Amino acid sequence: MSIENKTEFILEMRGLCVDGYSNEGWMPILKGIDLNLRRGEILGLIGESGAGKSTLGAAAMGYVRDGTRFASGSVNFDGIELTFATEAQKNALRGARIAYVAQSAAASFNPAHKLIDQHCEAPLQHRLRTKTAAQKDAIQLYEQLRLPNPKEIGFRYPHQVSGGQLQRAMTAMAMSCRPDLLIFDEPTTALDVTTQIDVLSAIRDIVRVYNTAAIYITHDLAVVAQMADRIKVLLRGKEIEEAPTRNMLLSPQEEYTKSLWAVRRFKSPSKPAPKEGEKSLVSLHNIHASYNKNDKIVDDVSFEIFKGMTVAVVGESGSGKSTIARVMTGLLPPDQGNVRRMDKPLPLHYKSRSREQLRQIQMIYQMADTALNPKIPVCEIIGRPAEFYSGLQGAELKGRVEELLELIELDPAEYYNRRPSELSGGQKQRIGIARALAADPEIIICDEITSALDQLVAEGILRLLDRLQRELNMTYMFITHDLATVRAIADFIVVMKDGKVIEKGTKEEVLRPPHHSYTELLLSSVPEMDPDWLSDLLKQRG
Amino acid sequence: MGDITFLILKRLGFGLMTLLIVSIVIFFAVELLPGDIAETVLGQAATAETVEAFRNKIGLNRPAFVRYFEWLSGAVTGDFGVSLVTDNPVGNAIAERLSNTLFLATYAAVIAVPVAIFLGILVALLRNTIFDRLTNIATLASISSPEFFVAYILIIYLSVKTGFFPPIANLSGNMSFPELLTRTFLPALTLVLVTTAHMMRMTRAAIINLLAEPYIEMARMKGVSRWKVIVRHTLPNAWAPIITVVALNMAYLITGVVLVEVVFVYPGIGQLLVDAVSKRDFPIVQACCLIFAATFILLNLAADVGAILSNPRLRNPK
Repeated sequence: MSIENKTEFILEMRGLCVDGYSNEGWMPILKGIDLNLRRGEILGLIGESGAGKSTLGAAAMGYVRDGTRFASGSVNFDGIELTFATEAQKNALRGARIAYVAQSAAASFNPAHKLIDQHCEAPLQHRLRTKTAAQKDAIQLYEQLRLPNPKEIGFRYPHQVSGGQLQRAMTAMAMSCRPDLLIFDEPTTALDVTTQIDVLSAIRDIVRVYNTAAIYITHDLAVVAQMADRIKVLLRGKEIEEAPTRNMLLSPQEEYTKSLWAVRRFKSPSKPAPKEGEKSLVSLHNIHASYNKNDKIVDDVSFEIFKGMTVAVVGESGSGKSTIARVMTGLLPPDQGNVRRMDKPLPLHYKSRSREQLRQIQMIYQMADTALNPKIPVCEIIGRPAEFYSGLQGAELKGRVEELLELIELDPAEYYNRRPSELSGGQKQRIGIARALAADPEIIICDEITSALDQLVAEGILRLLDRLQRELNMTYMFITHDLATVRAIADFIVVMKDGKVIEKGTKEEVLRPPHHSYTELLLSSVPEMDPDWLSDLLKQRG
Repeated sequence: MGDITFLILKRLGFGLMTLLIVSIVIFFAVELLPGDIAETVLGQAATAETVEAFRNKIGLNRPAFVRYFEWLSGAVTGDFGVSLVTDNPVGNAIAERLSNTLFLATYAAVIAVPVAIFLGILVALLRNTIFDRLTNIATLASISSPEFFVAYILIIYLSVKTGFFPPIANLSGNMSFPELLTRTFLPALTLVLVTTAHMMRMTRAAIINLLAEPYIEMARMKGVSRWKVIVRHTLPNAWAPIITVVALNMAYLITGVVLVEVVFVYPGIGQLLVDAVSKRDFPIVQACCLIFAATFILLNLAADVGAILSNPRLRNPK
């Protein structure tokens, strides 16, 4: 049954509720959302993880993921009621009149088929074009989205194309039937800042050219400011507020929105510079490293880390920054060069390092989900390194674990026996920090530890690390692609590109103009909360 | 392409090594069997002289490793020695039986593989429905019953009670091809029933495993029907485990059919092996074992190569 009722809106939602199935039965994910979208308009949806943004985006296509269901309310697409529509009716719309652009293009393209075949699938499925016409159209869209070699790139397989290009190819695929409505689900979250700019401007141009309405889902305010005409803020399945972009940026009304806007104001106060002639705690000397002989990942990298300081290693994916961490910890012995601690060489392979040397360098990982064993309770995760390195037993060990839990601001009484699956993302990352601290290390290597977290949570982690640094005189090496994090926490910055150090120095030296041209490119590519930022930047760059 | 050729050559090398080790195991395992070969073959009535003469004739008095290398160099050129019972070359005895077994295996595979994969796709599509559950129960039942039991059930219903097919699959040289197919239908059907379940369930599992992938959701968001999602988007990425289990079942069809051959009195290599063991005809036992080992290794190799070729990343390097 479909209710025909044309209005000025291409999409209307009224009191939409979607439930998700969990251990406790059906729980609401969306709790009564109202939404109006005019033809050709872009609505930004913003919120933290768990806010229900993706569920809302999928619901706009009449799609509910496995384990979720429409509970009540309506989704009306151009007069067609999607909550009542049959699967066949919805299939006729999907891809043809409503199209979807997913977060990870690498995972959302089928690895077994060429890009252009996947592109042409929807037009052929919906009998809108012949194969030749669809291919010709694909090449035209590739050109409009400024993909290199538009005539040839479609005939490659997904793994042969870079992430930023895949994301644009996916946008082209979504445009293949010239839909009335596009759903963008965090399309640039997985990309480097420099690549993000190309994708954002390509997306913005193409929806303008074809006057396509769009819902743009993201957790990044600065990004949504560039893309959307209006912004809607979600929190735990409810709308907090909605307003035109400029109003929303200038004068958010609700407390929650203000807190989102205020994030990233955190700045660690600068520390006194190391004394003249002070020995560096850890230093790298002319490191060359590779995973196989022909493919050099790290090329002649040297820098020093002083006690009590935070060194940020910044670069895009593939710049070799994580490899540096593997070299320091001895997981990957370098081809050339050496690693020194207090000016004495450390054995290059971790197996040749003494337990004491292993204790001194600890790591925290990006994905707390995969770095913590889900079956082991928190007390063992933290207790194990404390026992291994310090030989603590029984009550002493328990005391130490409780002390560590207090250090990371989790109540020992509540969290001592929990398992990682019973913790939130930010809490898991805190356990990762406690595990590193349990060894009582001299330096902690933090590998992209905030990039999988929401901004508010990430800020909490940065504040915690900063506090620990002051209290314990801890030293950090911070590996990140996020310049906002660098601004917040770094004392020294090492900028890397293609395995080489492009620039290094104190934060003031690196961040104050004049910049090295690559640093300038990185800095200027970080989106700002100004709706005109992208247009101005593109104008400047010509 | 260079990478793939190298990978295949490497696997082939490992396969040959394995076969060599297996040949050592087979030869010396037979050596270790209790009792004197000559006495057993000649029977209790044999005199000491005839036994000694027999030992000399087949070279039992020479050191085992010398005989091993003679046997191995013969086997490489296809000469497996002479049957102790009939004095005929082992190669001749095996050739006919092996071709019969290969025929039956092919017959069963040609039916079982497409049926298994098609059913696997179908139950993956209709997962958690009544059809899925019933198919599950039926295939589990057929996989858990011993094949001789399945064979006798088939004989009762398709032969004794209805007379559709002959209960015994004896072959003669001048049969027409359709007649051959009819005669061997029941053993082939037995093999189909015991192998289909395994392959079908793996196909179902391999497909369902991939349904949570983002590219499957993407395909559904493009309005692709459920059937096409499975066939076009899931199956091409599910080949590796399916190929592996198909290869394992093919190996079973060649090496594991002894019971079925015995029930239907089918002159295959399994029967030959059983006869040879009871008569202590060791050259034939050794040759059969070596052929079985080679079959397993070859089919596993084929599965590995198939899995590699089904991976677009390896087929189309950057």
